[in-house]
Amino acid sequence: MTQTQFAGRARKLAQQPWGLWWVQAQRLTRIELRRNLFSWKAAWIYCLAFIPTVIISIHMLVDKHPPFAMSEDTNILAGIVQLYYIRLGVFFGTLGIFSRLIRGEMIERSLHFYLLSPVRREVLLLGKFAAGSISAVFLFGSAIIADFALMYASFGAAGSDYIFHGAGMAQLEAYLLIVVLACLGYGAVFLLLSMMFRNPTPAAMLVLGWETINPVLPSLLQKISVASYLRNLMPVTVGAEGIFALLTVETEPISGWAATAGLLVLIAVVLTYSCYRIRTLEIRYSTE
Amino acid sequence: MNDRIIFEDVSKFYGEVLGVNRISLSIPPGITTLVGPNGSGKTTIMNLMTGLVQPSNGHISVLGLTPADQTELFSIVGYCTQFDFFPRGLTGWQFVLDGLMLHGMEEAMADDFASQAIERVQLGDAAGRKIAGYSKGMRQKIRLAQAIAHHPRVLVLDEPLNGLDPMARAESIALFEELGRQGMHVLISSHILDEVDRISDRVILITGGYLIAEGNIHQVRQEVHEKPMQVLIRCDRPEVLAAKMFSINHCVEARLHADGKGVFLRTADIDQFYSMLNGIAVEGLVKIDAVAPADDDANAIYQYLIGTDGSPS
Repeated sequence: MTQTQFAGRARKLAQQPWGLWWVQAQRLTRIELRRNLFSWKAAWIYCLAFIPTVIISIHMLVDKHPPFAMSEDTNILAGIVQLYYIRLGVFFGTLGIFSRLIRGEMIERSLHFYLLSPVRREVLLLGKFAAGSISAVFLFGSAIIADFALMYASFGAAGSDYIFHGAGMAQLEAYLLIVVLACLGYGAVFLLLSMMFRNPTPAAMLVLGWETINPVLPSLLQKISVASYLRNLMPVTVGAEGIFALLTVETEPISGWAATAGLLVLIAVVLTYSCYRIRTLEIRYSTE
Repeated sequence: MNDRIIFEDVSKFYGEVLGVNRISLSIPPGITTLVGPNGSGKTTIMNLMTGLVQPSNGHISVLGLTPADQTELFSIVGYCTQFDFFPRGLTGWQFVLDGLMLHGMEEAMADDFASQAIERVQLGDAAGRKIAGYSKGMRQKIRLAQAIAHHPRVLVLDEPLNGLDPMARAESIALFEELGRQGMHVLISSHILDEVDRISDRVILITGGYLIAEGNIHQVRQEVHEKPMQVLIRCDRPEVLAAKMFSINHCVEARLHADGKGVFLRTADIDQFYSMLNGIAVEGLVKIDAVAPADDDANAIYQYLIGTDGSPS
């Protein structure tokens, strides 16, 4: 590309109505949040998010909590995050949230209202993705905070000391980062799958299988996985055995920032391809 | 920006199924009606125009914009589809307002436009209720309100009279006529041929995905040479008139009216026919009360060009 061509493209890009697109994306996100986050259809996702919270509450009320048990509870919490939230809760929760954004509207035959509005399809897709991400992060982020607080609350002053003067707060931050990245990563994948397949669930099961066997795959293939990046961000190593070791083992450890950047690049690639798909999306409800 | 909706050699195939084939149109402002049997391609034409489906071949432009120019196109186009489905849980008011907010307008302005549109379709009292509780006619009206709310220059209406009671139908037709008079493009698909006749400036006849005819109803009728024009003449001596007219070689058929006070005459040359009729009237042989074309309407054109079964005749 010559310098003149580059300058021409840059000028054209600057002339685009970015302000309007920003306003439209914000309003779209608001509309989507109102429709999706506060509906009865989302009740099962609330359950997925807060099942561990209920279990930890029962543990807090029923079991005794001597100070030496704190490290055991720290390991249990790490296991809950890595084995339950990342593998099941966030995975299926984001499948429910993100596959409804486009495919759900096609099944309910209401997507055309968006496609007939003066919103660029890319803005529409990104607005919906933002709404889905906010919903998922709000639900699973709140659940992680609640789990963390309840897990250490039963230890009284020792628990409080661990959170505010020990490693606790850094662990919570790491868990929240993991949940945010998991929601964005799986969300982008499921949004794309919902545009590619009439029923994205079988494809999601393949993704689940791929994520499970990923640690034993060649190095290059490990890069195409959400969970492989998230494993590297875990603040506490989970010592799983047998088949569960597949879910926790780090065969190719990388630094935290590289894992975060890698996952963000993966999300950007998936969203870019989704934008291309939505440009050519046709409304043919009779085939749904 | 030009003022026409243009289809240039547009085809659409759904896999191996033909949607429309090599359609070329140039639609000026006013009310244009798409007429054709079910599955003829009317909705496909509307969906192509608005980018809901992509053409397999050809080029479409709406007032100089292509369906890919989403932001600009839908600022000037309103499309009331025939899909009778809505986003869940919305009231009629929210439905119209949400659409307007996506245009990026100020909230107060969007409120104002939503009120105007809802009043215009006379749904003010029900606007605060959930759409799920609306009757079919009310759902049709709220879709129409959403389509006109942003004051578009092109209004596309897919079967807009379905589900409306006679009063609402008359109100809707009056609204379409008013919008057409204001210089808007109003593109309607309809099965109700009597109403098509009343409101259309021009018709587009389509069947099996092929364009059969296009233009002003009377012009289209005159182009159907293989079906000579039929004229009803009310007079005191229809049999005498029929005999007289039959002496002219372009008069091909005569049929007495059931009440015996008129005759249907079919002629291959309408100009000469009227000229002869004037002569007969001047002679005073027959007292002529009224003369009216009997098959110069959308219904007749549909019958002649498409046939009752929807296949081209």
